[in-house]
Amino acid sequence: MTHTLDTHDRAIIAATQAGLPLVERPYAEVARQTGLSEDEVLARIARLQQNGIIRRIGIVPNHYALGLTHNAMTVWDVDDEAVARIGPVIGALPFVTHCYRRPRRLPVWPYNLFAMVHGRSAKEVEEKTASIAELLGNACRGRDVLMSTRILKKTGMRIKPAAPDSGAAMNSRKVS
Amino acid sequence: MIDAVDKAIINYLQDGFPICAEPYKEAGAALGLSEQALIERIEALLEARAITRFGPMFNADEMGGAFCLCAMEVPPDQFETVATAVNAFDEVAHNYERRHRLNMWFVLATETIDEIDLVAGRITQATGLEVFMFPKLEEYFVGFRVAA
Repeated sequence: MTHTLDTHDRAIIAATQAGLPLVERPYAEVARQTGLSEDEVLARIARLQQNGIIRRIGIVPNHYALGLTHNAMTVWDVDDEAVARIGPVIGALPFVTHCYRRPRRLPVWPYNLFAMVHGRSAKEVEEKTASIAELLGNACRGRDVLMSTRILKKTGMRIKPAAPDSGAAMNSRKVS
Repeated sequence: MIDAVDKAIINYLQDGFPICAEPYKEAGAALGLSEQALIERIEALLEARAITRFGPMFNADEMGGAFCLCAMEVPPDQFETVATAVNAFDEVAHNYERRHRLNMWFVLATETIDEIDLVAGRITQATGLEVFMFPKLEEYFVGFRVAA
């Protein structure tokens, strides 16, 4: 289910995607930047959150700064019958930050369950991977662990203040 | 380095931040901090890069946009050239080198689903390499919580 964003919603998103202002009345500051009233901004942000367009408002911890220096993409070839039942169990593990079912790309890629695991050491990541294997049991036919060796780019998603089909904006898209 | 108060802030503020006129006052009260102290702590955590961001997290799917995880098998001697070519695309939000036959993993973020295929095609054109696409079929979502 997708929701249509009007220009005011887009202006609010554009004004907050780098972060919420660190002032006593942050939503009033967003209102000032977008030409809306504070009440209007509060109502719209509450609605965006209700609609799921905003997942939540909060902080994103830096895994590295918290000592979670090892990140591994663990991937699993899980029986298609079992994945819908076990996926949520894996996703609920406290050390799994993201968990998705994705398509296989045979013969290169037999894995259909992806779980990101963070840890303070390679050993910790191995132990956590082992506990996922245990939970999957016989439903799992194969696995691999892809450690990241380098971050080549990390900018995150950016949206433009204007609507996507408003021509000129497409070319001036900012990412950094 | 971060202290016990910072840890409490990091743990507490991974869940919902209030949507009201004076949210720092309200969140601060729950943490036993003054409004000003909480603002200063968040500033310091951002400054120290203990947190990478503070604000709303947007869901691209719900905005009608799309994310797609992609991977390529890049010959080692071409890796840097290909990384530069791939990173040059604005739609590439993250890109990681990983130890595997598929050694480059990146995320495409676009405003429409149609753009994903379009951009993947352009990356193949620019690099001469096949782009394997791994769109999410299901998300087993917990909430990105990490204990500080």
